[in-house]
Amino acid sequence: MHALYDLAVGPLAWLAFGIFILGSAYRLLAMRALALKKDGAFVAFISWPHATKSLMHWLTPFGSLGWRENPVVTVATFIFHICLFLVPIFLMGHIVLLDTFHGWSWPALPGQLADILSIIVVVICAYFLWRRMSVPEVRFVTSAQDIVVVSLVGLTFLTGVLAYHRIGDNLVLTTLHILCGEAMLIAIPFTRLSHMLFGFFSRGYIASEFGSVRHAKDW
Amino acid sequence: MNTIADRLIEDEGLRRGVSRLTPEKIQKVFRELIAGECGARLKTYMETCVHCGMCAKACHYYMSHKDPSYMPAAKVTQTMTRLLKADGKVDPQVIYECAQVAYTECNLCRRCIHYCPLGIDTGYIMSVVRRLCHKLGVTPQYMQDTAHSHSATMNQMWVKDDEWPDTLQWQEEEARDEFPGLRIPLEVEGADFMYSVIAPEPKFRTQLIYQAAAIFHAAGLSWTMPATPGWDNSNMAMFSGDSEIMSRVERAHYETAQRLRVKRIVMGECGHAFRAVYDTANRWLGWKWHPVPITHSVEFFWELIQQGRIKITHKYAEPVTIHDPCNIIRGRGLMEKLRDVVHFLCEEVVEMHPNREHNYCCCAGGGVINCGPPFKNVRVAGNAIKAEQLKATGVHTVVAPCHNCHGGLEDIISKYELGMHTKFLGDLIYELMEKPEAE
Repeated sequence: MHALYDLAVGPLAWLAFGIFILGSAYRLLAMRALALKKDGAFVAFISWPHATKSLMHWLTPFGSLGWRENPVVTVATFIFHICLFLVPIFLMGHIVLLDTFHGWSWPALPGQLADILSIIVVVICAYFLWRRMSVPEVRFVTSAQDIVVVSLVGLTFLTGVLAYHRIGDNLVLTTLHILCGEAMLIAIPFTRLSHMLFGFFSRGYIASEFGSVRHAKDW
Repeated sequence: MNTIADRLIEDEGLRRGVSRLTPEKIQKVFRELIAGECGARLKTYMETCVHCGMCAKACHYYMSHKDPSYMPAAKVTQTMTRLLKADGKVDPQVIYECAQVAYTECNLCRRCIHYCPLGIDTGYIMSVVRRLCHKLGVTPQYMQDTAHSHSATMNQMWVKDDEWPDTLQWQEEEARDEFPGLRIPLEVEGADFMYSVIAPEPKFRTQLIYQAAAIFHAAGLSWTMPATPGWDNSNMAMFSGDSEIMSRVERAHYETAQRLRVKRIVMGECGHAFRAVYDTANRWLGWKWHPVPITHSVEFFWELIQQGRIKITHKYAEPVTIHDPCNIIRGRGLMEKLRDVVHFLCEEVVEMHPNREHNYCCCAGGGVINCGPPFKNVRVAGNAIKAEQLKATGVHTVVAPCHNCHGGLEDIISKYELGMHTKFLGDLIYELMEKPEAE
């Protein structure tokens, strides 16, 4: 198990971050090239002022019609995404790891707060999965991949929480936690998690069309 | 759960179209379409939709039936997702199903864009499905008839070249009884405005041409109508997926205005025609903006009112409500000008909710009403939510500056016994305005 742990924090971590960063860059650049090649009549109307204005509405809870009409999903989505970014970056354990290996360090969240935020992520993942199975309009469009990616995120945080609380075999859970996190990083450029990369652009594009061509709001 | 397969409707055009297909032929055309005409927009939308289901409430079909298979993301999973997964090699029956979803169960109204955090344009994806169906020769019979009409006559209603000026002259004659000095000028080079209408106006609603002439006359404007093909601004080929005919029709429209050297094209109260001229055809033809400035009549009337060119004798006494047509509201942002005009004309305006960019679709646009009788009951049943929205206003008059909206709203008003009637702005202005030299 120690060997697997070493592999996970060593070569696999390099591999995962490498695939995540290079894969994301490749996907963004390839999509940009495709847009310039095939969507010229639409790229021509992109307007960042309009995109920014729209994105500000969409990044505000209840700042758009869609958010207002789906209040529970809205609250869950915002809290989920905020925690999803805050915890991994500002968790003491992660910072210690980076400090040990690379000498990088920055202020950390208090341990108890990070713990609560992580549990919230797990609970919201469970809520998302429950929604996928039981809300008819979500179940209708759910594919296997949708369940896998939500589970992957949920498992990453769940194993992290269990390891933090020393529930179960700490080494096994920590190793699993690292492996899940790495799988999630690798999945970002190549699955629906790529909405992290493309979401701002797709929203920004349609906001430009609505703003500069149609003179209407898209939120 | 229901799927599209559970509610297929017999349509001669779709049935005959699929009878000529094989999975191999479908795949060949599909691959050509994806490689040739689709790019980053389709790819991004298809790959990043997180299937959150938030778009359900955007769609009047879903809101009327509460059936998940009608929601925007479900329309995509039942069509484009299936096609992409199979790399286009699907049974011809699948194309029938795709055609029914894309042509008759999505009005391309783009309301779902207000619900999708990722800004996914389901209307665009449905347009691609329509384009595929068109290329495969699987189009609803009635809609194809209008596309054929565009192709053969350059107008939507098989109006012959001599019938058009004849109709205008007839309207001019009628109007001269009321306004002795009125002309419907034809082929006047260098006029300020070229007025264009959709072909159903000379065919079925000639009074609208009469009223427009009366308004131009009362406002004392320099205007003209063309005597040649190119007078029709409507475009069903845009909705059937026939981009080639779509662009021919619009080129004729723009070039007619250029030939007449007019300063502007003013379009009658139609939404889809505006979308074709303002948003779609120009890009297909390679113009970033339009070769001739385009004004929708809502904006035109607003200008006339601002300039004091139209005066009214009294305001419309009954309370009215305003229906926001998708193609000029989400498509051109005319919501406030529309309100300014209606408030100028009417004593009392009762807003329906939601309104402006968020208003529910009439369920007739996007070519859906043009798919004809086979799909009428579904369209009316799929807009129960609009009927509720209208009923809640408690008024009897709906102002709707769009032909398709009139068709769709009249159908639900009749079916749900709402006791309302629809009016164009032109109807109201004509009724209320000071009429010079009227007898």
